Amino acid sequence: MSKTRIDALSPGTFLLDGQEVEFGPGDTVLQAATSAGHYIPHLCWHPDFSANGSCRLCTVKVNGRSGAACTVQAASGQNIESNTDELNAQRKTVLQMLFIEGNHFCPSCEKSGKCLLQATAYEMGMEGPHFEEFYPNRRVDASHPDLLLDLNRCILCSLCVRASAEVDGKNVFAIDGHGIQTHLVVNSPSGKLADSALKPNDTAANICPVGAILHKRIGFATPYGQRRFDISPISQQVEEDAP
Amino acid sequence: MNIKQSELDGVLSRYGHKPQGLVQILRETQQLTGWLPRELLGQIADALGLTLAHVQGVAGFYRFFHTHPAGTYRVLFSDNITDRMLGSEALLQDLCQRLQIQPNQMRADGRVSVATTSCTGLCEQGPAALINHKHVVTRLTPPRIAQMAALIEQQVPPDQWPPVWSQVDDSIRLADVKLGHQPAPGQGIAAAIARGPQAMLEDLKRSKLRGRGGAGYATATKWQLCRNAPGHTHYVVCNADEGEPGTFKDRVLLTSYADSVLEGMTIGAYVVGAQRGLIYLRGEYSYLLENLHAVLQRRREQGLLGASILGKAGFDFDIDIHVGAGAYVCGEESALIESLEGKRGTPRIRPPFPVERGYLGQPTTVNNVETFSAVTHIAVNGGAWWASIGTAQSTGTKIHSVSGDCERPGLYEYPFGTRIGRILEDCGARDTQAVQVGGPSGVCLSAFEFTRRIGFEDVPTAGAFMVFDRSRDMFEVARNFAQFFAHESCGFCTPCRVGTELVVRRLDKLSQGYGSSDDLQVLFQLDKLMHGTTHCGLGAAACNPLRDTIAKFRPAYERHLKSLHFVPGFDMDAEVSQARLATGRDDSQAHMENLL
Repeated sequence: MSKTRIDALSPGTFLLDGQEVEFGPGDTVLQAATSAGHYIPHLCWHPDFSANGSCRLCTVKVNGRSGAACTVQAASGQNIESNTDELNAQRKTVLQMLFIEGNHFCPSCEKSGKCLLQATAYEMGMEGPHFEEFYPNRRVDASHPDLLLDLNRCILCSLCVRASAEVDGKNVFAIDGHGIQTHLVVNSPSGKLADSALKPNDTAANICPVGAILHKRIGFATPYGQRRFDISPISQQVEEDAP
Repeated sequence: MNIKQSELDGVLSRYGHKPQGLVQILRETQQLTGWLPRELLGQIADALGLTLAHVQGVAGFYRFFHTHPAGTYRVLFSDNITDRMLGSEALLQDLCQRLQIQPNQMRADGRVSVATTSCTGLCEQGPAALINHKHVVTRLTPPRIAQMAALIEQQVPPDQWPPVWSQVDDSIRLADVKLGHQPAPGQGIAAAIARGPQAMLEDLKRSKLRGRGGAGYATATKWQLCRNAPGHTHYVVCNADEGEPGTFKDRVLLTSYADSVLEGMTIGAYVVGAQRGLIYLRGEYSYLLENLHAVLQRRREQGLLGASILGKAGFDFDIDIHVGAGAYVCGEESALIESLEGKRGTPRIRPPFPVERGYLGQPTTVNNVETFSAVTHIAVNGGAWWASIGTAQSTGTKIHSVSGDCERPGLYEYPFGTRIGRILEDCGARDTQAVQVGGPSGVCLSAFEFTRRIGFEDVPTAGAFMVFDRSRDMFEVARNFAQFFAHESCGFCTPCRVGTELVVRRLDKLSQGYGSSDDLQVLFQLDKLMHGTTHCGLGAAACNPLRDTIAKFRPAYERHLKSLHFVPGFDMDAEVSQARLATGRDDSQAHMENLL
C-alpha cells in the first residue's frame, strides 16, 4: 500500500520490453498492451469482462516487482518486463500446472487447434508436463440438449462465470470448493446443465478458452490443421483480443 | 436434521435477509441441522436473492461447513506440528479404533466422524480437539480419548462432558504492557477524546506503532488513509482470525483483555470516523463468543459503546461479531472482508486497498487484535512513551506464543529487540535445534542464529514461536507446514492451488523413500515460482519453511532421499509385481533389487 494513490485516470505511456506503449484512462497494463498489438500471455483475461487475476500467466515485472498485467493499473513511466527468459520460464511452469491438475488429452480434444491453453503452451515452448499428472476424477455433464460440460478440461479461469453474470445476466456458473478441489458448478436445482438457464447463444456458452464447454453435434466441423492456432501462433493474433 | 421454517426464518431475520449475512446464516443454520443439505441451501438462496450455485460455492469454501452429513459428533484434532509432537496422531488413531471408523469418514450410523483441522490455537495445552466446531478439548491423553469414545457411544452432549476438559488457560508466563496492568475501561477513550481525532492520530504517528499481524504496516498511516478516504460511512474491523499455526496470543487477549481490544477499536472509530465495528472471530474461537458478548454489553451499559460515547455528542459506535468457519486465508484483510460480506474468502485484487474500498465498498481499516490493544495503551500513556520501548523501527512490545519443546510454553511479552536466545532461556528450552518464528509463513532459525533479535529490522513475527529440540526431524516439520498450506489454499490462483499440492506430493515421495536430489531442485523451482506469481501472500509464503529447512537442515532431507543422483520416481519392484503374479514367477531374477 503506497501512501499516495497512483492517479491512473489520465492517459500516458509506459515501456513494455523497451517499447513505448500508450494507455488510456483507467487501462490496466494488459489492456493497453493488447490494444497496442503487444502479446502478453494470458488465459483468464478477456477484453469484454472484468479482470480476474487468477491464472497468473500474465505476470510481468513492473519496475522490478511482480504483478499480474491484467490487474496492474497502467501508469506513466512504468518500466514493464514481459518477454524475458525468466518470466517465460515461469509461464511455462504455470501452464504445466494447469495441464497436470486436469485431464487434458489434446490429440482427441475437439478444441485442439483453437484452444488457448494449447496455443499458449506452444508459444511458451512447453514440450511435456514436467510434473506428475494428478489424473483427477472429474465430472462430465452431457445432460444439456445442445451443450457439453466437461470439467476434466476446466482451468478455472471463470470466464463463463463472469460472462454469465456480467453479459447474459443469468449467473449460470459459480466456483465451489477450495484448494486443489476447487471446481466449477452449475446453477440449477439438480446441478445439471440441462436444468440451468444456459442457451447455446449465451456468451457464457461461447467463451470457454479450452474444451470444457462445447457445442454438441458440430464437432470437428473444421478439421485439425486448419484451425485458428494451426494457421498462426497465438502471439500473432493479438488484434483478436483487442478491446 | 430437519429445520422448522420458523427456525430458519429466525436466523434469516437476524441478518435482515441480507446476502452479506450468508456465512453467519450458514453457520447458525448448520448449528441447528448438523449439516447443510442442498434443499436447505436452495431455501437460503431464495430468501437472500442469491443463486443456489453461489450459496453452494460459499458453503463449499469453508472447512467447517458440511454439504454432506458429518455425524452428530464431529471430532476435529488440531493438526499443528506442536499437536503432532505431543502425540495427536496416535490419539486420533486410538479414537478411530475405539469408535471403529476411518478418519474423514462418517460412521454408518451417522453418529460420529473424526478428522484433522488446522491449528486451533491451543498449542501450549495440546494436543487439542474441537467438537462440533464449538467445544474445545485441551490436553488430550489416552484416558481422555477412551472416555471420549464412551461418551460419544452413550450420546452424551459435548456440553455435558467433564468441564475440566474444556478448560483453557491463559498461560501467561511473562507480562509487559499489554498483558500487564490494564487501564480502567474508558480511560483510553477519554484520553483520545481529550486530544481530538487529529491529535490522537498525530500521537499514534509519534508512537510509530506497526501492525501486529505480521506485515508491520504503520497503523497511523493506515488510519490516516482510511480517515481521508471518501465514503458514506467508515468501518473498523478487528482481525481476530488468528490462524497462523502456533499463534495463540489473540485468544488470550480476547479472553482476559477484551476491554483493551474493544477500547482500541473504539479509539480507531473515533479517529477514522466510523460508526460501526466488526470483529472477525475465527470459527475455532467461537467458544469465546459468550464472554465477548458479555463484555460488549457491559461496555454499552458503561457508555463506552453506543450513542454519544462518554457523553461526546456525535461519537456513535458499536461492534458486531462475525464468526469465521475455518479458512486461514481469511486472515488476509481483503479475503476477510469478502468473508464479512458473506462470500468465498478469496483475496481481492489490490489496489484498491480496504482503507479506500473495504467492507461493502466503504473505507475500512482492518487491524490485528494486538494492535488495537496497543492503541489503548498508547492513548493512555502517549506516543512518545510507546516509542521509547523497543527499537527504532519496531516500537513497543510484542507478545510471543511459545510452544513446542520447552518446559514453560505460554505467552511471553517482550519489548521488540529481544534476542531469540533470551526467549529460549526464559521458556526453558534445552538442546534446541530450531525455532519457527512467525509460524509457517515466518522464518525457521537454526542454533547459529539464536543471537538474532525480534523486530522488523531483523526477525519480524506475527507472534508464533515454535521450538524444536534435536530429537525432531525438521523434514517432518516442513512437511506438516506444506500440508497446512495445501489444505488452506483458497484455490483461486494457479501457482498456489497447484503448487502447494505439488509440494505436498514431492514431500510425500521423499517421505516414502523415493526421493532424489532432483526433487529438491523441483522444490526450489516451485518456491521461486510461488514467490513471484501468486495472487496473495499465502501462496508466496507457502514455501518459506521448505526453503529455510532445506537450506539449514539439508541432512534431514537427504536422509529421505533414496539416492543423491538417481531419480526413481516410483517403486519399480512394486510395478512388476503384477507381472510376477501373471507369469507365476518368484525367482531371484524376477525381483528388481537383484538386477540393479
